Amino acid sequence: MSTDYAEDVLQGSTRAAARLITWLKNEDDRAFPCMEKLHAHTGRAYIIGITGSPGAGKSTLTDRLTHAIRQSGLTVGIIAVDPSSPFTGGAVLGDRVRMSQLSLDPGVFIRSMATRGFLGGMAKSTADVVKVLDALGKDMVIIETVGVGQDEVDIIGIADTTCLVLVPGLGDAIQSMKSGVMEIADVFVINKADRNGADQLWTEVTGRVEQDHQIKPRSWTPAVLKTVAVQDEGVTDLWEKIQAHRKHLEESGEFIEKRRNRTRQETLRMIHNELFRIVRARLQDTGQMDRMIEEILERKRDPYGIMRDIVNTWLCIPANNKETP
Amino acid sequence: MAQERKIKIIVAKPGLDGHDRGAKLLARIFAEAGMEVVYTGLRQTPEMIVETALQEDADVVGLSSLSGVHNYFFPKVVQLLKDKGLDDVLVVGGGIIPTEDVDGLIKAGVKGIFGPGTDTGEIVKFIQSNVRN
Ligand SMILES: Nc1nc2c(ncn2[C@@H]2O[C@H](COP(=O)(O)OP(=O)(O)OP(=O)(O)O)[C@@H](O)[C@H]2O)c(=O)[nH]1
Ligand SMILES: [Mg+2]
Repeated sequence: MSTDYAEDVLQGSTRAAARLITWLKNEDDRAFPCMEKLHAHTGRAYIIGITGSPGAGKSTLTDRLTHAIRQSGLTVGIIAVDPSSPFTGGAVLGDRVRMSQLSLDPGVFIRSMATRGFLGGMAKSTADVVKVLDALGKDMVIIETVGVGQDEVDIIGIADTTCLVLVPGLGDAIQSMKSGVMEIADVFVINKADRNGADQLWTEVTGRVEQDHQIKPRSWTPAVLKTVAVQDEGVTDLWEKIQAHRKHLEESGEFIEKRRNRTRQETLRMIHNELFRIVRARLQDTGQMDRMIEEILERKRDPYGIMRDIVNTWLCIPANNKETP
Repeated sequence: MAQERKIKIIVAKPGLDGHDRGAKLLARIFAEAGMEVVYTGLRQTPEMIVETALQEDADVVGLSSLSGVHNYFFPKVVQLLKDKGLDDVLVVGGGIIPTEDVDGLIKAGVKGIFGPGTDTGEIVKFIQSNVRN
């Protein structure tokens, strides 16, 4: 392996991709020059999000879906996220247990990631890791989020097609409707359809989708389907629905619009993070931060005025140049 | 800002026996020590374990064997890691391993061997002080 990891990733090096992902996770500065180089080679991969309650069968489905995708000749990258312990900072990443057979397929790359305290069902660097797998040449990238129930909504910002996995008998549908998680799904998967209550849940969700559709007309009607992941039932149907959704996005122009929004948010977030980092470091290193805090506490100054002063100083806006509303 | 580096360890159970209580328990102990543990489940071949270590960019591979396959499996994992250029990955093993086998395994490149009675804190310490930087 050379020292040019970006070049190695473009040549298909698993090892270079794996190391680059580690750097991204650790927010190691060495990652950024590589990511700059890779950018021109990204944007090809289609991104699928798999989300749903803990134990709903996300990993098992991801495994089966990947087999189906491989049958059609496409390659797959998988990002499987599990929670870090808030107490020890450690994590048991167990999603691979369900994907054992995939580890020897050269057309599949699997990476387990811990959330490291990041909320929203994913790891902080997930979007960047997607880009690495994209540049590595994977046609499809599947993200399995943490099974946290109510909090997986962030996936919608990254995935092109979001699949929400529900299970009969967990009160899943009702919970999801309340919390707004229903809104994020392009495909509803009722997994463990071998269990009692699957038909009832299907009717419930379908009804809800139709009703929702009347209230808020959207161009895509979410698909609702049943699977038994452990027996590989319904998985071809799932793959077809994902492809249908992709076709819809591409033909309606929503695909490019989605990516435009994502790029806008991502770019703004990066600028925000970097500006904040620089300003904070400077305020801390010069001791100005501590002085400001004391002045605010002693009521000599107020945080609003200080905020304005700092922004003006850093953006070189003269004090008399008040912004007009 | 750079995050604190975390040790990433693969816990794998090679061989055909169907007991993974010990391996699961170890996975939890490593996680409690602050490591990020990729648990791979039962019946892993050396090839699967090494491919997993490669994709996960693991610092450590922990092997657990109860079924007497260690003399073949452990050295094979070390060898395959070398073949892939992953020489700096620390390999440790545990489970039911007769004392007369230990020397051979160490010679083959398994850095630490821990029998069933070992204090788990000792395993954690060994990993922390022998892992690559
Ligand atoms: N009966 C039945 N069990 C299933 C089905 N799909 C998955 N399971 C089982 O459900 C359990 C959890 O499956 P996983 O795939 O690990 O679920 P998950 O959503 O990835 O779990 P977390 O990542 O821990 O949130 C396992 O024991 C699976 O074998 C199914 O269709 N029917
Ligand atoms: Mg899972």
